[in-house]
Amino acid sequence: MTEIIDQTTPTPVLRLEDIVKTFPGVRALDGVSLTILPGEVHALMGENGAGKSTLMKVLGGIHQPDEGQIIVAEQPVVMSGPLDAKAKGIVFIHQELSLADELSVAENIYLGELPHKRFGLVDWAELEAKTNAILEKLKVGFNAKTRVGDLSIANQQMVEIARALTVDAKAVIFDEPTASLTDAEKVVLFEVISDLQEQGVGIAYISHRMEEIFKITDRISVLRDGQYQGTVNTADTNEENVTQMMIGRKLDLSRNEAHHELGEVALEVRGLSCGSLFEDVNFEVRRGEVVGFYGLVGAGRTEIAETLFGLRNPTSGSIFLDGAEVAITSPHDAIERGISLVPEDRKGQGLVLGMNCRDNMTLPQVDDLKAGPFVADGAEIAIFDQYRDKLDIRTPGWKQLVGNLSGGNQQKIVIGKWLSMRPNVLIVDEPTRGIDVGSKAEIHNLLRDLAAQGYAVIVISSEMPEVLHVADRIVAMYSGRIMRTFTSEEVTEENLIAAISGLNTEKVA
Amino acid sequence: MQVGKLSKYLAGGAIWGFIVLELIFFSVAGEFFSVSDKAFMDADNMLLLLKQSAPIGIIAMGMTIVMVNGNIDLSVGAIYAICAIILLDSMTWTMFAGLGNWVIPVAWCLALLTGLVLGAINGLIVWKTGVDAFIVTLGSMLGYRGLVFMYNGEQPTSHLNWTLVDFAEAQFLGLHTATWFLLVVTVAIWFLMNRTVHGRNAYAIGNNREAAVNAGIRVGPHMMINFMIIGFLAALSAVVFYSESGSVNPNDGQLYELWVITAVVLGGTKLTGGAGSIVSTFGGVIAIQLLRKGLAHIGADTSTVNLVIGLILIAVLFLDRQLNVKGKEELKV
Repeated sequence: MTEIIDQTTPTPVLRLEDIVKTFPGVRALDGVSLTILPGEVHALMGENGAGKSTLMKVLGGIHQPDEGQIIVAEQPVVMSGPLDAKAKGIVFIHQELSLADELSVAENIYLGELPHKRFGLVDWAELEAKTNAILEKLKVGFNAKTRVGDLSIANQQMVEIARALTVDAKAVIFDEPTASLTDAEKVVLFEVISDLQEQGVGIAYISHRMEEIFKITDRISVLRDGQYQGTVNTADTNEENVTQMMIGRKLDLSRNEAHHELGEVALEVRGLSCGSLFEDVNFEVRRGEVVGFYGLVGAGRTEIAETLFGLRNPTSGSIFLDGAEVAITSPHDAIERGISLVPEDRKGQGLVLGMNCRDNMTLPQVDDLKAGPFVADGAEIAIFDQYRDKLDIRTPGWKQLVGNLSGGNQQKIVIGKWLSMRPNVLIVDEPTRGIDVGSKAEIHNLLRDLAAQGYAVIVISSEMPEVLHVADRIVAMYSGRIMRTFTSEEVTEENLIAAISGLNTEKVA
Repeated sequence: MQVGKLSKYLAGGAIWGFIVLELIFFSVAGEFFSVSDKAFMDADNMLLLLKQSAPIGIIAMGMTIVMVNGNIDLSVGAIYAICAIILLDSMTWTMFAGLGNWVIPVAWCLALLTGLVLGAINGLIVWKTGVDAFIVTLGSMLGYRGLVFMYNGEQPTSHLNWTLVDFAEAQFLGLHTATWFLLVVTVAIWFLMNRTVHGRNAYAIGNNREAAVNAGIRVGPHMMINFMIIGFLAALSAVVFYSESGSVNPNDGQLYELWVITAVVLGGTKLTGGAGSIVSTFGGVIAIQLLRKGLAHIGADTSTVNLVIGLILIAVLFLDRQLNVKGKEELKV
């Protein structure tokens, strides 16, 4: 697919042509093209794993493309690294904060290119003057000498953004810049972006937030599974079309109508607080019910799950399991009492990637599977076989290393691991992060099935379609508090977004 | 954030408080237990203490950069021994026979160059292979020590040059030559860490390596330079010490790496990198030497000294952890 650029368009500041990048076993980018014109804001959209970050890494010279060209100001270039990209006028504003906590704001902004005098001596006066000039433009409440570790996350993001203003940029790539910004800070950011626009800088803007995309961008390019899906003018499209391009089908906002009888209350939480992470949290989960926790990153959802699983100590509040109050002080306690947590970071927290499927699956109970002093191989394999069939895990055999499985199958191994512990309450944090679209649906159906079998399931998700599709009730969180609990009849996209943005505080149930 | 500031102050300045405590303790205890009738805080004794701090102290300055970088160098003791041998032996080489006392600067340069090269080898391996510095320098520690034994077997290497000994034993403005070297190195490295781009980048790399890479800092060459600095300083330390002593045993410098790391850690440098200060490392060096000297002063033997220092090290790190935890919100490990 090629883009339609009419004859009057100015010279693009940046062009990517048919970029192909493969990693062992994955075709991460498959012929992706992108054209950034001067003075435009160009949204780059796609689901997690669609290839956006790989594309950015290719552009930044961290990866070299296998095929295709990067063209800056009509000159084909080879990016040798981030500093090279910056020298060529391509600046990145990273999503994950790329800052050194112990250094000052000024040192962070000019990281890698501190102004210096002879003998490599840092020119502190110049550094401070330059930094303060930039900070003034951004209207922030800290100065050049502040230690970055002492700033709030939002202010750290502003430091990151300040980096873009240090050079004469041709193109600035923003990667989810608003993920941690407040509304007031967003306004400042959008002003900065429109200033850059007026100076003829091309902006690539990566974000999941539709309302932002439609507010500030001129064109939208979409990636799906590493493939370029096309570019549209923002004015000529709508959210539904863009979503369809992203996921390759119409967004299925239908809820699972197959209601089944709910059982007893399995888990009840009353007035649970943990420092500044979350406060006065109340909810209950019945057997046979899926409760979705929806909110922005940092709203406190994962922290609640970690508290229920004994990884954090609550400062106040109580937890009831099957009506009896319990104190959970360690994951060991939680497992004993039938609470299982499928963590957010599958590879980091959920699996031992270098171990085989069977050993990962039986990890929490290997102590109970002993025959004398030795681990009972047969019992382990029996458990693995049982859950492989039950969850339809596709692997050549139990000896396969988990690191070699696809994301979806890895997630099933983690779920199988906890199911084999016969939990009462199953907490699943971001169940489909980084999992391809097809497997997503499978995981969703699996979660529904598990509820139908009588498990109490909590699903934490940052993806609205996911909670809408999977959950019987949705708990909306904002800034460590539960704003509202929706039944699947009440919930609409609008009131859900309003609740997680903290907009309708008066509606707190 | 009163509490935060207090704990930060304590964490930063704790080493000096510890030194004061040591001085008071050994002065008082010395009155009762000491076999010598000299006071512990006698001026000569303190000057000697500074001089004796020099071998460990000079290397500790280099170790601070390497550890702020997020690396570690276990091979410094072996580098120290090799450079000592080069220093003493080269003065007897026939090709330098006609140089007279000019052999001294030549021998010094050879020894320092050797340290630089050995450090560069460490750095190059860390850079090019990406293997953890702990493993690389564990290997080079064994390897370099092997070279020491290959050179002269179990025999000590000796050579006394009286001009050199005079220089090494000289006192300028009351301070011994070795002390001057320690002070100059401390100031120089402080300057490097706090005033130069290289030094600031060292903090950035240890603090957030990915950020440093993203900012285009060339992490590999940077780390190699730091390994060269510590190699050079290990050599300098040997040069200063063996100019005076004139004889090196193949086992000399063993466990130096651990003493050096202890001093640096006592000074508050994080093992994970990103934070640390030269001034505090200097404090750590003095604190350890005080402890060794003080315990000897009140009649404790070497094994007791090691036991006490080990306990104190663990206590300090535990205290540091207590001062730095983020309270109840912290995720349990």
